[in-house]
Amino acid sequence: MAYQHTINGNTWRFPDLKTLLAKASPARSGDYLAGVGAGSAVERMAARLALAEVTLAEIFANPLIPYETDEVTRLICDRHPAAAFAEIAGLSVGDFRNWLLLETTTEETLSRIAPAVTPEIAAAVSKLMRNQDLVLVSRKARVSSAFRTTLGLPGRMAVRLQPNHGTDDARGILASIIDGLMYGCGDAVIGINPAGDSLPVLDRLWRMVDDVISRFGVPTQSCVLTHVSSQIKAIELGAPVDLVFQSVAGTEAANHSFGINLAMLREARDAALSLKRGTLGDNVMYFETGQGSALSANAHHGLDQQTCEARAYAVAREFKPLLVNTVVGFIGPEYLYDGKQIIRAGLEDHFCGKLMGVPLGVDVCYTNHAEADQDDMDNLLTLLAAAGVTYIMGIPGADDIMLNYQSTSFHDALYLREAFGLRHAPEFEDWLTRMRLINPAGRLRSPDAADPLLRALTDMTQAA
Amino acid sequence: MSTRVPVKIEANPWADLRRFTDARIALGRVGASLPTEEVLKFGLAHAMARDAVHAALDPAALTSALAPLGLPCLEVHSQAPDRPSYLLRPDLGRMLHPDAATGLRARNSTCDIAIVLADGLSAVATQAHAAPLLSALLPLCHPAWTLAPLLIARQARVALGDDIGEALHARLVLVLIGERPGLSSPDSLGAYLTFNPRRGRNDAERNCVSNIRPAGLSYAEAARKISWLMGEALSRQLTGVELKDDSDVPALPGAANSGLNLA
Repeated sequence: MAYQHTINGNTWRFPDLKTLLAKASPARSGDYLAGVGAGSAVERMAARLALAEVTLAEIFANPLIPYETDEVTRLICDRHPAAAFAEIAGLSVGDFRNWLLLETTTEETLSRIAPAVTPEIAAAVSKLMRNQDLVLVSRKARVSSAFRTTLGLPGRMAVRLQPNHGTDDARGILASIIDGLMYGCGDAVIGINPAGDSLPVLDRLWRMVDDVISRFGVPTQSCVLTHVSSQIKAIELGAPVDLVFQSVAGTEAANHSFGINLAMLREARDAALSLKRGTLGDNVMYFETGQGSALSANAHHGLDQQTCEARAYAVAREFKPLLVNTVVGFIGPEYLYDGKQIIRAGLEDHFCGKLMGVPLGVDVCYTNHAEADQDDMDNLLTLLAAAGVTYIMGIPGADDIMLNYQSTSFHDALYLREAFGLRHAPEFEDWLTRMRLINPAGRLRSPDAADPLLRALTDMTQAA
Repeated sequence: MSTRVPVKIEANPWADLRRFTDARIALGRVGASLPTEEVLKFGLAHAMARDAVHAALDPAALTSALAPLGLPCLEVHSQAPDRPSYLLRPDLGRMLHPDAATGLRARNSTCDIAIVLADGLSAVATQAHAAPLLSALLPLCHPAWTLAPLLIARQARVALGDDIGEALHARLVLVLIGERPGLSSPDSLGAYLTFNPRRGRNDAERNCVSNIRPAGLSYAEAARKISWLMGEALSRQLTGVELKDDSDVPALPGAANSGLNLA
């Protein structure tokens, strides 16, 4: 079906829905790299004006990638709850934005319709929303998940402790874990990106973090972010795997380029569930996504990168994850050129995920070849805290020495707690209080060299 | 004249753990925030990385540095005319400029190995480490291997080596390229090997040795790994996920299967 809009006697035409969505998208380098972005500012507004009139029912009825050729499309269609959709199906995209912003559309309303929000619907409405709209609606779209901590509760924000090391050295990783714990970080997960992929090395990492968690009673979960097939193998071999990680994308072809499909994710989830390691909940999956991943695998089917990204959340949603985060500025300037584009993408991704009922966190980050710096990251961090982000990354000094990019630091988390009064996950907060790492007001204390936890952790590091 | 009054910074008593990692641990704090000294250190590191991205390769200086190796040098250019286009259009950085392609094809030569010295995302890395790495690598090459002239490539991505190798009828291309600068490593060099280079090869068909710099993987160690991979690639006639880097475990049969290959 074709769309059009006339401005001052000039009629702008869009041959199909995917073109309309792409042209309506805020400008970003990746859509121009793909050749799908709007040719002018007025064309972009014409697309938005036309998109505002399209009903949600029509979007659902017209899959952007054919049902027959893409298992992500099949997942989106087959899992769609008609009853929940009835409440919003007749709204136009423009009115859906209005409806989302009403005070009468509450947390309960949003959680009721979340399963009926398809990625294309979330992406479509986001393209008509300003940054402040994305913040306000995300704020009331609460999504909670649990394993050994409970995430996503109001007034709280968690942190993934990311203690990477260039050669997966146990003592180097432990040193960063200690730094993070002493700064009150790690309630989302202690998640290591390994430099290598040899199973015996990875097995040692799983056991090492498990040792920290069990020896000191840290209420959190561990993850070693390697390929899902290696994690399935590790579970078979008896490794203490808490969360299973995988990068996912929004098209079958892009997932194929990652060496995965939905059946493998299902198998991995079953394997993790069989270990029954969660004490509070059985959200055992951890997914990472990011705009541009489908295009970089030449698997975007002519879709804009933000719509592709929202489709990745449909993949994530199917497997009831504990954590999903967009690694928003990691991919480079050919997809998100500068601070403005990274900030916008971070807010869109967080909004789309939350609206679809996915526990979204954001890796607020950039690479050194992007036109961005720490000030841009401060802006996005602050906006995401206002939007109720589930978790952020915590990396010593914001400098990931293995992956060579800048993310957010333990200090950045402290900044948000101070500026917004955000608390830790409740179980982790109790532990920090017992360990005397935070005071009753939730502020960080300063452990001295004789602190028993610090000493025990340091001894463990020396012995590793 | 006023007296300087220091402000108390909350120091972290685990600073000695820094001997185990280059990560920025135990930075201390002022309230919730980084001390001024750390903010400035970070700012300087970012400035160095930014300048590394935008620095231009100096082919004349590189050619002089390579002169002792006794190999002829040729300069080539990708289709990306300048740095901004290079950053926004990775596809242009992967394709050889038509003039350069014509020039290489006109040589009508064949060889076992073409070695490309490419600026990539850090010309600083290539400028500093390419020549000393080659000095360590060339003596490890089998005397029977034929080498093309050294190719100095500007505004180049890894895949530019495919176009170059194809034009020179090389069996194997080795691309030494400046890696994306990290905050603590603005000058890291990567080495990519591709057997039977042709336009359209993907990353799963390459082998990579990365983080080559004095503070990372040493020239000697990198040269050992690269020469091992070159030998395996030429004898097994492949590179990529099928060729695992077992240069460290030659005596352990079956060790190659201990890890899983990731595409």
